[in-house]
Amino acid sequence: MNANVPSSTSHYPTAPTAQVDVTHTLSVLVDNEPGVLARVIGLFSGRGYNIESLTVSETEHAKHLSLITVVTTGTPMVIEQIKNQLDRLVPVHRVVDMTLSGRSIERELAMVKVRGKGDNRVEALRLADAFRARVIDATTESFVFEITGKSDKIEQFVSLMLPLGLVEVSRTGIAAIARGPDGM
Amino acid sequence: MTREMTGAEMVIQAMADQGVKHLFGYPGGAVLPIYDAIFAQTEVKHILVRHEQGAVHAAEGYARSTGKVGCVLVTSGPGATNAVTGLTDALCDSIPLVCITGQVPTHLIGNDAFQECDTVGITRPCTKHNYLVKRIEDLPRILHEAFHIASSGRPGPVVIDIPKDIQFAKGIYSKPKEFPHTGYKPKLKGDIEAIKAAIELMTHAKRPLFYTGGGVINSGKHASALLGELVKLTGFPITSTLMGLGAFPAADPQWMGMLGMHGTLEANMAMHDCDVMVCIGARFDDRITGRIDAFSPGSKKIHVDIDASSINKNVKVDIPIVGDCAHVLEDMVRLWRTQAKQPDKKALGDWWKQIGKWRDRKSLAYRNSNEVIKPQYAIQRLYEATKDKDVYITTEVGQHQMWAAQFFHFQEPNRWMTSGGLGTMGYGLPASVGVQLAHPKSLVIDIAGEASVQMTMQELSTAVQYRLPIKIFILNNGYMGMVRQWQELLHGNRYSESYSEALPDFVKLAEAMHAVGIRCEKPGDLDHAIKEMIDIDRPVLFDCVVDQKENCFPMIPSGKAHNEMILGDSGVNLDGAITEEGKMLV
Ligand SMILES: Cc1cc2nc3c(=O)[nH]c(=O)nc-3n(C[C@H](O)[C@H](O)[C@H](O)COP(=O)(O)OP(=O)(O)OC[C@H]3O[C@@H](n4cnc5c(N)ncnc54)[C@H](O)[C@@H]3O)c2cc1C
Ligand SMILES: Cc1ncc(C[n+]2csc(CCOP(=O)(O)OP(=O)(O)O)c2C)c(N)n1
Ligand SMILES: [Mg+2]
Repeated sequence: MNANVPSSTSHYPTAPTAQVDVTHTLSVLVDNEPGVLARVIGLFSGRGYNIESLTVSETEHAKHLSLITVVTTGTPMVIEQIKNQLDRLVPVHRVVDMTLSGRSIERELAMVKVRGKGDNRVEALRLADAFRARVIDATTESFVFEITGKSDKIEQFVSLMLPLGLVEVSRTGIAAIARGPDGM
Repeated sequence: MTREMTGAEMVIQAMADQGVKHLFGYPGGAVLPIYDAIFAQTEVKHILVRHEQGAVHAAEGYARSTGKVGCVLVTSGPGATNAVTGLTDALCDSIPLVCITGQVPTHLIGNDAFQECDTVGITRPCTKHNYLVKRIEDLPRILHEAFHIASSGRPGPVVIDIPKDIQFAKGIYSKPKEFPHTGYKPKLKGDIEAIKAAIELMTHAKRPLFYTGGGVINSGKHASALLGELVKLTGFPITSTLMGLGAFPAADPQWMGMLGMHGTLEANMAMHDCDVMVCIGARFDDRITGRIDAFSPGSKKIHVDIDASSINKNVKVDIPIVGDCAHVLEDMVRLWRTQAKQPDKKALGDWWKQIGKWRDRKSLAYRNSNEVIKPQYAIQRLYEATKDKDVYITTEVGQHQMWAAQFFHFQEPNRWMTSGGLGTMGYGLPASVGVQLAHPKSLVIDIAGEASVQMTMQELSTAVQYRLPIKIFILNNGYMGMVRQWQELLHGNRYSESYSEALPDFVKLAEAMHAVGIRCEKPGDLDHAIKEMIDIDRPVLFDCVVDQKENCFPMIPSGKAHNEMILGDSGVNLDGAITEEGKMLV
């Protein structure tokens, strides 16, 4: 797609400009075999889709299955394409749009390193307490906090730590699961 | 059959068990054990090509003309990378292939070993699926699964990369009954409620049409028969993409010719003005839709496709039906036959009258000449000389390909082999080698351009070696004509590097390669020369010297809508036909 070409003259399929980008979380159940992650990532990079967050882990060892959770943005038409393209990959068993189902819980974990002395240090600890972040490492001039929750909560915490001496953040990416008794 | 054998033997045994008769390949260090297994048997015949790209195109021609899976065997490193163009071509055009690549021994993988390349990495985006075999126990399953994946659902190429130590390793071979890939289950039956809704929509249509494509060919001869039945039952007009030619007989009065960029005026105008579009096994490619926001603005659209990702990709449709063409068409025919309501005969009659008016414009007309052979005329004469024969056509890519699509008419599926999606120059000659192998008694013609044919020219030797009497009919316009045409449209007639400089003497070239060369330069000599070509039971390179400046019309310029075609005889000045924005979209 040629971004600088107005879609009214486009000879190539461009998404109607009326469509706005939306963010969706997809759960993708795949065979746990070598190369499967490369297939999924290659699909996104090869077709120019966005990856906002990606997590992978084995779910059921006996069944050789892994769960990939990917957060992506695009127009509704592109999101539909992404789901269909993922579904087309041979090792993919199921693609569930957690955003569409509307009943999913999404969490991520972050470890946040903050360096500082005096008032900043005290303030960091106080805020960590308010956010229910745990101290998992400490020196006389630094803390590492562990925090879990929705992404916006983590982002908020991180932005509060910034003026207090934020050194670095390591985030797991989003894991998602549906509410209620049924599995995917 | 269950017995112990080496990995190399398993490869050939699995092919034999799959009914493979011909394997196109080229040897090298990393596949020598498999070549040894080939040597020891007679069931699978190996065809030695001259370049791995040729092997893949030959297998494509074989597959497309038979409906079977085409098989390829190449070595590691350069053998595999040379196959990449062919694999991509097969992916774009949904051609079922199984390609075995040799790989360095397992313990050397990742070591930058001699002739090592990351074959699964390189071919991941250009195959339907691929495998690196790491354990001999997995090999029998993978071999058979590859055939299953290549040929089912939306067909495509599958690569199996086999390290040399696995080829030597011994294991127990048996043909598996089922495949553990539970995630892979193509949906064949369409949703019956959606099909009912489609029939309802079709019944009330006033200006309907069928827009069909390669998926009907993929679905098998039965699908074409059912399509014919439905078209006859409904009385609707029908057009097809380049890839779908032959699924519906071109001699039938309901046939409007090909649609799209170089399609007929009637097909494109009907697409633009229809109120119900029934798309069967076509993928709304950009050569079809033209300007997407002006594409058939007033129609309700039904789309039958086995691949859900083809639906709503470019164009939003009203009734999506995921399923195999033959299955869905069968339901459609049954429902149409049993329904009580009848379509609006009067409206349909008016619609046909309108189509008749478009047809009267004779959009394929060209000015013939007594002095110089017009390329369109050459194809027409070729068609007249061969239409009553058992003929298969392949093409290269360019103007000649489009003229072949316009002026050669196909009455049956699987008779037309062309590179549509990737548009690979050099496809046609090796493809004709594969077609001729599958149909030894038939007349197989590659309609070529002088530039394209030089891309895979060396496969003429393959044809000579296996006594395959293919005919290579070169429309020699001395230019990369398609490129020249675009340079006229977009770049002020500045023919930068599109002149075919220093061409070989094709007649002498043919002779040097132990084939037959014929040259024809005058319209008056053409019929005789074509007859001579057909009568020779050996490979023939036919140098048909044609008008250098002819352009291919009709044409929808880029950035324009279906009802803004340029016609050949309308004397338009090409310079102004495309807007600045349109230039970027070619
Ligand atoms: C120089 C040049 C010019 C061209 N100009 C034109 C032109 O003017 N007009 C034109 O038509 N094309 C033209 N093409 C070709 C074009 O690029 C596309 O290749 C072609 O239009 C695609 O055809 P198709 O839609 O039938 O899809 P195909 O590529 O044949 O795809 C088949 C579709 O059917 C589906 N399918 C497969 N199997 C089944 C099944 N069993 N059941 C149901 N569905 C199935 C697939 O999922 C896919 O969506 C040109 C190509 C070149 C190189
Ligand atoms: C491998 C490859 N390279 C480049 C192109 C771009 N291309 C499309 S048509 C064409 C010219 C073809 O010339 P010729 O074979 O003489 O056919 P003509 O158009 O003259 O009939 C070129 C270079 C292509 N399609 N494939
Ligand atoms: Mg040419």
